[in-house]
Amino acid sequence: MAVIGANGTGKSTLLKLVAGLLDPGQGQVTVGDRTVSAPDLGVGFVFQEPRLLPWRSALGNVSLPLELAGWSASAREARARDLLVLVGTDDIERLRPHQLSGGTRQRVAIARALALEPGVLLLDEPFSALDALTRERFNVMLQSLWRRTRTTILLVTHSIPEAIFLADRVLVLAGRPGRIAARVPISLPRPRTLTDLDATLVTDAAAAIRAAIEPERSPGSEPPSEEGVA
Amino acid sequence: MTRHPRDLLPVLAVAAAFLLAWKLLVVIGGYPTFVLPPPEVVAGRLVAAWRDGIIEPHLVTTLTEVLLGFAIGSGLAVLTGYELARSRLAERLLSPYLVAAQATPILALAPLIALWFGTGLLSKVIICALIVFFPIAVATMVGVRSVDTQLLEVGRVFRATPLQVLTRLEIPGALPSIFGGIRVGATLAVIGAIIGEWAGGESGLGVLINLARGSLFDTPLLFATLVTIAALGVALYWLILLVERRLVGERG
Repeated sequence: MAVIGANGTGKSTLLKLVAGLLDPGQGQVTVGDRTVSAPDLGVGFVFQEPRLLPWRSALGNVSLPLELAGWSASAREARARDLLVLVGTDDIERLRPHQLSGGTRQRVAIARALALEPGVLLLDEPFSALDALTRERFNVMLQSLWRRTRTTILLVTHSIPEAIFLADRVLVLAGRPGRIAARVPISLPRPRTLTDLDATLVTDAAAAIRAAIEPERSPGSEPPSEEGVA
Repeated sequence: MTRHPRDLLPVLAVAAAFLLAWKLLVVIGGYPTFVLPPPEVVAGRLVAAWRDGIIEPHLVTTLTEVLLGFAIGSGLAVLTGYELARSRLAERLLSPYLVAAQATPILALAPLIALWFGTGLLSKVIICALIVFFPIAVATMVGVRSVDTQLLEVGRVFRATPLQVLTRLEIPGALPSIFGGIRVGATLAVIGAIIGEWAGGESGLGVLINLARGSLFDTPLLFATLVTIAALGVALYWLILLVERRLVGERG
């Protein structure tokens, strides 16, 4: 599922609510059958920035959640190695974040978020700092990652092609405060390839999403909705 | 610190230039040895004093004072600095006293401390600890405050306990800044020990300076002692750089 919308429509806020990093104030957020009140290890989070610890190697950064959860050193290292292989960065385990490219850092951050095998993975515009070509490669990687782990992924993005390429459903947020303006199903078969993005099905979906992002000025404003997230 | 023999060359060149300028000053100025001894006389006196065992016991005394005072002072400073960073109340209550204590010249406090705690090891350790405290406490406070809130949020996502936040995020994050304070503190500790010895004491490099200047009237020995004090400071500083490099490492 992808969430798309202009700045200020509350995409990141939505994600932080799901992660338990923000208190909803009103209403409640449920993930599966659990009401969210605090961060949960069943929910992985990839921030917009890699947010790696600069004093730790790539391997050390991926090990962090395992360490906090009390894993033994040898189990940590083996698991962290596997995760780095999973995201396609197995040759950089001893390097520090400042020695890595922006893309590789974000891969390490994804590996870290997957460390405790979360049932839900939240991605907050994780590729927005990457150039367009790297970004496409990341989308392909993320798809294959999903096919292997089958983790539910909630992706916040600004990019319509990215949302269509990755998601089964695209949720469009619009307005201030944001509300759900549209739910666009993407029935494109998987595995999808980058060239699929030229199909008619895709352009129709893109048109629908675009229309929902910038609707004609509607007089009636509905109250903000926090329903139906996960 | 140098890694390559090639890098050593400029270091040696600067040292040679310094010694040459010193020598020239003595020759051109025509100063007598009891005012400004030439470098070779000081070097000769330094070697002789070491061989005769004049310097070593004093050095051991001063080194003990410095190490103890530095360890106690920096330990307390890191704890206080952390508390100041995390609690606005602690900062409001404590910082006026800390600043006032820092603004009072240690030179003026030293005789008082000697009066209260005697002329033995204790009073010097207290003076060293006092002089070391402020820069390290401030550096720790700044360091802990500057720990990236985005990284702390990562800690929340992975449900880090308060202790884990402290040991895995806050301490490593603040370490470069803490070491900045420790570097300043280490050199100040040497000054603190000398001041403490001047305020009263039977042994130590500060006492040796007074002896050389006063009763012995041995200016080359005074200079040899100064060289020893400087070398002690440099050695401590290098030791700290070494530890810092191990603990902090390259962060880019």
